[in-house]
Amino acid sequence: MRDVAVVSFAQSKSVRADPVRNEVEILMPVIQDAVANSGIPSKEIGFTCSGSADYLAGQPFAFVYGLEAIGAWPPVRESHVEADGAWALYEAWVLLQEGEIDSALVYGFGKSSPGSLRDVLTRQLDPYYLAPLWPDAISLAALQARALLETTEHTERELAEVAARSRRDAVANPNAQLTGDADPEALLKEPYIASPLRKHDCAPISDGAAAVVLAAGDLARKVSKRPAWIRGIDHRVEPHYPGVRDLARSPSTRAAAEKAGALSGPIDVAELYAPFTSQELILRDALGLAKPNGTKINPSGGALAANPMMAAGLIRIGEAATRVSSGEANRALAHATSGPCLQQNLVCVLEGE
Amino acid sequence: MGEPVEIIQTPIRLEYQYTPGVSRSRYLKGLIEGKILGERCERCHKVYVGGGSGACARDGIPMSDVVELPHVGTVTSFCIVNVPFAGATVEIPYTMAAILLDGADIPLNGLIQEIPADQVRMGLRVEAVWIPAGERTFTETIKHWRPSGEDDAPIDDVLKWMRADA
Repeated sequence: MRDVAVVSFAQSKSVRADPVRNEVEILMPVIQDAVANSGIPSKEIGFTCSGSADYLAGQPFAFVYGLEAIGAWPPVRESHVEADGAWALYEAWVLLQEGEIDSALVYGFGKSSPGSLRDVLTRQLDPYYLAPLWPDAISLAALQARALLETTEHTERELAEVAARSRRDAVANPNAQLTGDADPEALLKEPYIASPLRKHDCAPISDGAAAVVLAAGDLARKVSKRPAWIRGIDHRVEPHYPGVRDLARSPSTRAAAEKAGALSGPIDVAELYAPFTSQELILRDALGLAKPNGTKINPSGGALAANPMMAAGLIRIGEAATRVSSGEANRALAHATSGPCLQQNLVCVLEGE
Repeated sequence: MGEPVEIIQTPIRLEYQYTPGVSRSRYLKGLIEGKILGERCERCHKVYVGGGSGACARDGIPMSDVVELPHVGTVTSFCIVNVPFAGATVEIPYTMAAILLDGADIPLNGLIQEIPADQVRMGLRVEAVWIPAGERTFTETIKHWRPSGEDDAPIDDVLKWMRADA
């Protein structure tokens, strides 16, 4: 495997709704930051891959529009995934393995504010049996949370504790949207919005963007004092129809973690893309982090503090890499998810030299 | 068992609130005031018009230098529409053209009227016909474009503009 590292990361501050800027206007300063901080001249970056979804803004070809933010002239090699930027990073990593290029720019962006996100997300469901029923994203997550509480030892109090910890940790994150002190007992007195989920169990709705620069081998060592090396990365998928899955467990996360080599040693930091508190518990169970012995979970506050669609997974990788590069962590795990109820999962293991 | 189900209809409706962004908002507001506002890139000096993303697509930097453009330009390409479609308000055949305004580096799309469709040509000089001030909306400002009466632009100039590296 060729050594490839995250050498730069930038993100916008997540906001509930940016009423002024369009996606490209949000993206441009983020990409400029990521490229400038990488130390690699933008014209020398060998490949670009982005993640976005047309349904968020309700406009076709969001990714072509997004390309305007990078100055794709002359056109070199640009690609796109209709998914979170974490999957765009996976594509770039695969291309870097081939050895033809030494660096890549990856970005993800999304404004969820133009539409009703919980309804928009129903369009990713199977179009014959499920999508016509419009089961919104929060209701589906509530079904999953119910399955978790009924079939495992987990409790509603643990859900509230996840929410409280996420908001508290997000205080130190200048890009977070939901921060502050919250008492789990007080949170448990809040009304349900879709039982057993309360408002604090659900990620905020966010507009935002993120970008990462990857570099291979000697180039990474040249431009970064401490590159965050990708030691393993893998993604797995479960059946599309939630009714045929055991929603309380995430075998695809487990499989991706095994393939990425995540389980072979201690993890200092884990950044998990869990847009619902219940999903964090499911992910931790799958990753052997139910009782995190020395593993810091979501020090950024995670998706419960900021959830820009199509960027939040890439942000997990960027946050984990930042902690490795700063020396705060030596071995970090980043996770991204896509689809209803943790249907698809990606695990990336990052290490210092 | 009855007849097998061969087709189902699942109507979809989603509503969105569109954010044009800083650059497009300026362009749209300009049209209401009867102005065509373009933007110049400080790096490549190209002038874009038509309500772009706010970025110079070539350099990936924000366009902030606003340029007011004249209401006359040159047809660089066109197509003649012969197929009627629901909601159409223009009599067929009609011509849609790429119109390069004087001083711009990217053409606008516009409807050509007041000339038979089969007489529209590359190099034809056209001018904007506006909906009267006070009656304009963000989606209806320039009614159409018509021949300005000037001599055609030399074809070599038109071809030059159409090259990707122009």
